[in-house]
Amino acid sequence: MDLLSDFFLAKSTFIGIVFAITLGIAAYSTYFERKIAAFMQDRIGPDRAGPFGILQPLADAVKMFMKEDFIPANSNKWLFIAGPCLSMLTALMTSAVVPFGDTVTIGGVTFDLQGIDVNIGILWVFGIVSLGVYGILIGGWASNNKYSLLGAIRAASQNISYELAMGLAIIAILLFSGSLSTKAIVEGQQNGHWNIFYQPLGFIIFLICAFAECNRTPFDLPECETELIGGYHTEYSSMKLGFYLFAEYINMFISGAVMATLYFGGYDYPGIDFVTAQFGNNIAVFVGMGALIGKALLFVFVFMWVRWTLPRFRYDQLMGLGWATLIPLSMYNVVVTAFGILIGKPFTAGIVGVVLLIGGLLIHDQLFVKKKIA
Amino acid sequence: MAISNIWYFLSGLTLLSALMVVLAKNPIHSVLYLVFTFFCISGHYVLLNAQFLMAVNIIVYAGAIMVLFLFVIMMFDLKKNQPESKSSLTKLAGSIVAGTLLVLFVALLRKNNLPAPSEVNFKSQTGMVETLGKILYTEYLLPFELISILFFVAMVGAVMLGKREAGERNF
Repeated sequence: MDLLSDFFLAKSTFIGIVFAITLGIAAYSTYFERKIAAFMQDRIGPDRAGPFGILQPLADAVKMFMKEDFIPANSNKWLFIAGPCLSMLTALMTSAVVPFGDTVTIGGVTFDLQGIDVNIGILWVFGIVSLGVYGILIGGWASNNKYSLLGAIRAASQNISYELAMGLAIIAILLFSGSLSTKAIVEGQQNGHWNIFYQPLGFIIFLICAFAECNRTPFDLPECETELIGGYHTEYSSMKLGFYLFAEYINMFISGAVMATLYFGGYDYPGIDFVTAQFGNNIAVFVGMGALIGKALLFVFVFMWVRWTLPRFRYDQLMGLGWATLIPLSMYNVVVTAFGILIGKPFTAGIVGVVLLIGGLLIHDQLFVKKKIA
Repeated sequence: MAISNIWYFLSGLTLLSALMVVLAKNPIHSVLYLVFTFFCISGHYVLLNAQFLMAVNIIVYAGAIMVLFLFVIMMFDLKKNQPESKSSLTKLAGSIVAGTLLVLFVALLRKNNLPAPSEVNFKSQTGMVETLGKILYTEYLLPFELISILFFVAMVGAVMLGKREAGERNF
């Protein structure tokens, strides 16, 4: 392996840029989260550090680093430190397979704007998501605190439950693309054939599961303050706590990027042919990269919007929604999609499927659900 | 770095972490070493160009089954349920049995010289998803479907075991 080859340099530069973008966006998400919360609650929000408070993330970081780093006496020291590190690691690893753009040619060298183009791309995302729970589980247990442990256990069961519906929603996407590679999925959606038009139900299921996997409100039961003090990070302070909170914002951005890749055409945008003809391929590709990041940021906004709109679920409601509603719905989605592809009319099959579902639910309600007569 | 060096490194790491699963005093550490062992085995799958198996190994074993293991072990009161140390006689007997088994395996491997795979018939794409899927749905269709029925029965059984009957205690 030649460490100074063009390929290696290009890849490491690209990975560095992706990390910088991800971390920067995650840092400023904390600022915008507080600003949006303030807007929704008719407050002003952070406005002291710099103009409009835009230096707030920096001030927060300095505060986090300067605070006393505390490790509880009876905790398991190494695992206590490993918890937040694992959270950060798994949060950052997913971006490896997200295709940020097509290939660009700079100075005669062709760069691929994707970390690794493996033919199991979406399974990689799925695998890393399923590992994401280890950071919370280990940190919660190592704290040697009952509330932390309860938070960790909630996180584990919640993540495992929602992974099933998420996987089934992805299967419907795979039926369209015929490939597990994220690049192939995006290429199948070029020129406006975005999967959202064929898979609206699958997208809604995936979005709900993304909320649950990121531990965001209304599914933030692992850190439910009203029941568990601070949940899995009760005992954490200083930058270790900062890592947990930061990992959550990275997860939000990355899951937004994954949703844009799977359902919103990835780096596709209207007028891509016009831009290519006017300004050349490279500019068009970089605009596409901007489009993907813009879509991902839109999802980050949706995450925040929902957080300040919906109240938290109860734990049994969360489990009921996951197992009794989302999994049957996504199975139905897979069957309808497969049937539509088989007869060659996915659009018609989708509409007929929705009509059948609503009809079936109505009939079921009429026949089996006993109504209380007021 | 030659690919065989990576293989040696990975194999050493696998064996070391697998040993630590047995030797670690704390059950939580054992589980974490086991997760690490699964990662090393996934690395071996990558070396064999079987990316699909690698991903599935991580999703199913490291991502789901080991999380449930951790989940259950964390529920125990580890201080109360510390297993008492075995007597030296048991330890000795265990070492002798394990050593004999090792010698047997080594002898077997030496006796049966495994044929080297021919380079002519070697297909690098055998482990890819497409090839695997085609083989599963043509050559091994019946076993594949039978296994899916088995899984279905197991799933129904698990739901039956977990379900509360009407009037049963609500923990």
